[in-house]
Amino acid sequence: MIQVKHLWKYFNAMPVLQDVSIRFEKGKTNLIIGSSGSGKTVLMKCLVGLIEADRGEINYDGKNFLDMPARKRKIIRKQLGMLFQGGALFDSLTVEENVMFPLDMFSEMSKEEKLERANMCLKRVNLENVNRLYPAEISGGMKKRVAIARAISNAPQYLFCDEPNSGLDPTNAIVIDNLIRDITWEFNITTVINTHDMNSVMEIGDKVSYLYMGKFWWEGTKEEILHTDNAELNKFVYATELLRILK
Amino acid sequence: MLKLFFHIGRYLKLIRIIFRRPENAGIYRRQILIEMDKLGLQSLGIVAIISVFMGAVLTIQTAFNTDHPLLPIYAIGFTTRQAIILEFSPTMIALILAGKVGSRVASEIGTMRVTEQIDALEIMGINAAGYLILPKVVASIIVNPVLVVISMFLGILGGWFAAAATDVVPLSHYVYGILFEFSEYDISYALIKTVVFAFIITTVSGYFGFYTRGGALEVGQASTRAVVFSSIYIILFNLILTQILLV
Repeated sequence: MIQVKHLWKYFNAMPVLQDVSIRFEKGKTNLIIGSSGSGKTVLMKCLVGLIEADRGEINYDGKNFLDMPARKRKIIRKQLGMLFQGGALFDSLTVEENVMFPLDMFSEMSKEEKLERANMCLKRVNLENVNRLYPAEISGGMKKRVAIARAISNAPQYLFCDEPNSGLDPTNAIVIDNLIRDITWEFNITTVINTHDMNSVMEIGDKVSYLYMGKFWWEGTKEEILHTDNAELNKFVYATELLRILK
Repeated sequence: MLKLFFHIGRYLKLIRIIFRRPENAGIYRRQILIEMDKLGLQSLGIVAIISVFMGAVLTIQTAFNTDHPLLPIYAIGFTTRQAIILEFSPTMIALILAGKVGSRVASEIGTMRVTEQIDALEIMGINAAGYLILPKVVASIIVNPVLVVISMFLGILGGWFAAAATDVVPLSHYVYGILFEFSEYDISYALIKTVVFAFIITTVSGYFGFYTRGGALEVGQASTRAVVFSSIYIILFNLILTQILLV
């Protein structure tokens, strides 16, 4: 479980995150939603330590990440997996080498064991016979799946996904969403997903947190989000004509 | 002025991070071998061509400018050798490598930054600066002196070809001049300079690549800055090292 308490972040004296407190639960897909510029990405980058928060607490199973020395942070970081918007696969490595990379760096496994683990992860994301290809040689959806395989290869406790289905067609987007949800349940990990895609919310939103102008605004399930009377959230949820008609 | 101090401070901080203990020495060793090929062996062609022509032109120019009855003919070979060993091979090859290798290092690392590959490394708990820059520094420090020694040999050989082809100096006089009062210290001086220049090229280019922000345009700008600043520092340190080591 990850608990964020009273988190503040400023950029040039402008508050980007204002007193944000959210709890991300284990074994659930925790979604952070909000329009562009609402602070979702900054919050996620603060959670993983890519941006240093100015005030507040980020507790990983009770341990405050912000108070930790670099050495202890490294231990936490080895338990994190992250899926970036563009995949962030290493261009110079093949698909197989990308998935094996965290194992190469940190595990004591033999080469055969690492290969076996990499193949298992690739199989888990429904990718076979692409081991020797380079990221430039595979499609956007496949890149995302390889990135998921890499993120889970080291058996992380926490999985972060930044707009996992951006740039994908609706069919592939649902495949990625379902994959993330299944992996979360299967490995019982804490998954945090940044998205502004309402399809994702309805598909996999076990717990949904809405950020509005850098502030924590609303929290609930995917069922509750459709019946809320929160004006700002309703504006976000029913932004498209299709959803307004359905409503 | 404040900006200059900011960059110097950040550069020195980066150097300190680069030389932190590697997470996995085996992976770094493998990277060093890969970089030796990419930064060194793949530059052999251009180094060879430039060195041969440089030696040939130097011999012809020296012959035309030292056509005086008081100067012995073997002075042409002697001057060519001294110019190649002391200045042309270490400094000119370093400037060429600053262009070729420097732009490659800055654009490779810069692209990794803007496509979040560096963020992915950091989230895994890897010292991204160390993993990306240290193997390049070590590889260049190993391989650049080899390139410079090859350049010296080919430069002198180029002079020999020019002498043979144009009759500006009899070959026996050229060879006598090449061997005349040879000092091994000159080679040491050249190699010390080469090692310092290799360090400058890789760390300065790595610095500009590592702190790239933005997109493709900024990667191009970082690459240009890397070449310009590496060249300036090479010329500056050439002066400083010449003063320290020769005077």
